[in-house]
Order: sequence, then C-alpha cells, then structure tokens
Amino acid sequence: MTPRQIIGKIGLWFSVFVIVSPAILFFLWMLSLSLKFEIDNAAYPPVFFPEHIAWKNYADVLASNRFLTYFINSLIVTGSATLLALLVGVPAGYGIARMAAHKSAIVILIARITPGLSYLIPLFLMFQWLGLLGTLVPQIIIHLVVTVPIVIWIMIGYFETTPMELEEAALIDGATRWQVFRHVALPIAKPGIAVAFILAVIFSWNNFVFGIVLAGRETRTLPVAVYNMISFDQLSWGPLAAAALIVTLPVLLLTVFAQRQIVAGLTAGAVKGG
Amino acid sequence: MSALTQSTPGAAQSDAASEKELRPPSYWPFVVPALVVVIAIIIFPWVFTIWMSLNEWKVGSSTTFVGLSNYLRLTSDPRFIEAIGHTLVYTILSVLLPLVLGTFAAVVFHQKFPGRGFLRGVFIMPMMATPVAIALVWTMMFHPQLGVLNYLLSLVGIPAQLWVFHPATVIPSLVLVETWQWTPLVMLIVLGGLAAIPSEPYESAQIDGASIWQVFRFITLPLIMPFLFIAGMIRMIDAVKSFDIIFAITQGGPGSASETINIYLYSVAFSYYDLGYGSAIAVVFFLLIVLLAAVMLYARQRMLWTEIASGT
Repeated sequence: MTPRQIIGKIGLWFSVFVIVSPAILFFLWMLSLSLKFEIDNAAYPPVFFPEHIAWKNYADVLASNRFLTYFINSLIVTGSATLLALLVGVPAGYGIARMAAHKSAIVILIARITPGLSYLIPLFLMFQWLGLLGTLVPQIIIHLVVTVPIVIWIMIGYFETTPMELEEAALIDGATRWQVFRHVALPIAKPGIAVAFILAVIFSWNNFVFGIVLAGRETRTLPVAVYNMISFDQLSWGPLAAAALIVTLPVLLLTVFAQRQIVAGLTAGAVKGG
Repeated sequence: MSALTQSTPGAAQSDAASEKELRPPSYWPFVVPALVVVIAIIIFPWVFTIWMSLNEWKVGSSTTFVGLSNYLRLTSDPRFIEAIGHTLVYTILSVLLPLVLGTFAAVVFHQKFPGRGFLRGVFIMPMMATPVAIALVWTMMFHPQLGVLNYLLSLVGIPAQLWVFHPATVIPSLVLVETWQWTPLVMLIVLGGLAAIPSEPYESAQIDGASIWQVFRFITLPLIMPFLFIAGMIRMIDAVKSFDIIFAITQGGPGSASETINIYLYSVAFSYYDLGYGSAIAVVFFLLIVLLAAVMLYARQRMLWTEIASGT
C-alpha cells in the first residue's frame, strides 16, 4: 500500500465513524437510559455505564396492565390496515400497471403531499356521526390513508417490471384475467408484496397523529400511549425510555433484518415520487 | 365482472381484433375496490374539507355557510402568519442540512469497506424508528441540567444551551432532530444516483490528476443533480408537514416559538374544535406545499437552461 492509499483508508474510516456515530450513540444512550435507576439518570455528569442495571424498568412497563392492551391495539390497527391495503392495493397496482394508467398516480401523489391532519377533520366528523368513536374501527380506516398509497405505489412499480410474456401465453390458453393474476402474476410478485407489506407495517406502526385525535383511553396505540406517559411521568426517565424502546424495537429489528426490501421500497417510491 | 368472463366460445374463436377490444376494460375489476377506498378516505375528505372551510363549523354548535370569511380571517390572524414564518425557516433548514450531509454520507457509502451493509442498516435506523419514541429520548437529551447534550458541549468548552426550552434555539434544535432522522433518506436516494454513474469520467479524471474535491465538484455533483433534486423535493414535502417530532417535543412552544402551520392546524381543529377555520387552514396549507413544489421545479428548470446556455 502506498502512503496515499493508507491516508485514503484512514480518511474513509474516519468519515464512516463520523456518519454512523450519531445513530449508534443515540440508540446506545436510549438503551442506557432505559437500564438505569432514577439516581443514575438524574446524575450530573451523566452516568454512561451504570453499576446496577435496572431491569425493573422493563418489568414495570410490561407489567402495567394497560400496556398489553395498547400493544394489542397497535397489533390490530397495524395488522388490519396493512392486510386491507394489500387486499385492495395489490390488484389495483396490477390493474394500473397493465392498463398503463399513469395519470391515476396523481391521486397517490396528492395523498403523499396532503398533511395527515387534513384527512382527520372530515373523517373525525364522519366517525362521530356513525358512532364509531371509542372503537378501533376509525383508526383502522384512517390508517388506510397511510398504507393504501404505499402498497399501490410499490405494486405499480413492481408489476411494470415483471415480464408480460407468461401472462399473454396464459391468456391465449384461455385463462381468465383473474386466473392469470392469481396464478401467474401474483406468485412472481411475492418480493414486491414483501416490500409493500414491510413499509406499510412500519409506517402504520409509527403513526402518531391519527391516534392522538381518534384514540380514547381504551383504544390508544403504542405511540399515543408513550406520548401520554411523557405528560404524566415527566421525571421518571428509566421506565419512559424503556417504554420508548419497546415501542420502536419491532421496527428497528425489521430495519436491520429487512434492510434490502426497505431500501428497495423507499428508493423506488422516492425516485418515482419526484 | 362481465369483462372478466370473456372466454365465451364466440370470443375465444374470434380474431385478435376483438381480443384487443376486450383488453382495456378487462383490468378495471382489479382497480375498483381500491378506487372505492381511495374515494372514501382520500377524495371524499378533500371535497368535504373544502366545503367545511366555507362554513362556520364548530363542534357542538350549528353550522352556517359563511363563504370565504374563514379565508379572510386567515389573512389577519397573526398566529397563522407567524406560523408560516416558522414553517419556512424550519423547512429550509430541514431540506438543506440533510441534503449536504446525505450527499456526503452517500459518497462514503458508495465506497467499498467491510461491514458496509450492516453500518448502512444502522445509519437508516433513525428514519424508520417510531418518531414519538425518538422524540422522547431527544427531550431527555435536551434537558438543560441533566441532558447529555449539554454535558458533551461542556467537554469541548461550549456553555450550556437551553435547546428546545428557549424561543431563539427551539427551531434549530428541532431541525437537529429532523436532520438526524431524515439524512438517511437523502443518502439512499443519492446512493441510487451514484450507482448509475459510469466509471469512464473518473478514470480520465484520475489520469488528468484531478483532486478528490475537483472530481466531486465537476463529475459527481452534476451527474447526481437530478437525484439531489428529487431528494430535496421529498424532503421539502415531509419537512413542511413535520408534526410528530415538533408536537411530542415542544407542542409548538415555548410560547408559540416553534408553532408551525401543521401544529397550529392541530390546535385550531382539535383543541378549539373550530373545524371550519381548521379546514380553511388545511386548504391553504396544501396550496402552500404545492406552491413550494412549483417554485422548486421552476428553479430546477432555470438551472437546466443556464447549464445548457453556458455549454456545460
């Protein structure tokens, strides 16, 4: 190695360190906060490696009777909103791609630009009139605002890249459009569906603004529950940080294990979104 | 459904012309369920919002048609005008900083080094993590007495800051969070652009003995410009609408120092339940976003023309 190459290597690793450390340090600090007793969390200068680890922060959060309710609420809302979106969005993406109806993408674009709160005002009234407030149904429906455009968008892009020859052959053999979709197009599209599923789950799980308006005491999802903990528990940082970590842990694990799909989905959406 | 049952004996035997005739409508059944959903949850709310904005509409009292008076009220609402200013400052900073840092990160992640895949995964974690959970930890880090940020500053001799607890520093502090969170998205988009660049220009530049900066400035940057533009556009749309981080950390405070349009919209609609006025804000807000996007498109177009005119 020449001296110039060595300097280049050092420079590269220094740059990598600078770029990645804010993320690493943040999440390590989050972990540290969640594992310390109050006395360590309230210390100055801050304690980085506690002598006694407060596993009880996690036990407290998990043992509080409502946390399980909120976790199940989050599962129901995210699960339903994602499955419904796949149910209507995958065929729609297929239809739009095959019809080459590119103008329909404008609706998706408008949905992307519109602030979430604009949907909330009219839909909030509708739910009130229909007497649905107080159940999870309004949140499932309004999460479709997030999940349906993601699924349609990603599936249009995906079906545009899958080959037509097989489908045409099946049509000539007398298969119906539905049979072609079900037995030819759908199996090929599995990786695309996985991308759409993962992104829909993440953005629905993370959603906060819909819940804060629509959720009652019993129907909170986890992000709303964590937010409410802030206002009540201003000073017990350990359990708060533990709760925050539990809420975001499923998403962080998905990010690490499904990184390839997430990157594919985000950049496809991004490049086409412009 | 009639379009689906096309394989009647007559149609099967007929020539290609009638098959072509069948093709366009036959995909409609795939789209209809989604269309119903999109109309119900996206288009209907939009139409209804516009209608509500023309009414005096408060929860718990009767509604009356008032025409454009909600919009006129906006023009003399100091809190709204102040919120526009906050939104613009917040947005401009939250577009520029991630663009610069994200481009740098993309150039670095474009190099080959061991552990690159894993580190890229770590790097994009901030943008995928639950915003409220992140906001909570940032709030603790911003704490003037016990927060780790002031401790880190003290290590390098910088006096303690009030961060989100002082009107002058609240927006830059929130931008810090936003930048930390969304630089990865810019990185991913630019990385996609870098992957598409051919290697020839770099080889000839190396022969000519160009410096790293010259290579970046005169080869890489022009070629990734379209991707930077897309990243900037997406960043603008998201930054203007930013809600979770601001709401969870400051709720628009201290006072109204970090109250953006979106936060003000929330207060009007769901703290004061003034839905008619809130709808008017929502409409104007949407138009503002479209306007900003148009300005960016126009600027991009102008840049392209000057590039062509200057012969590069």
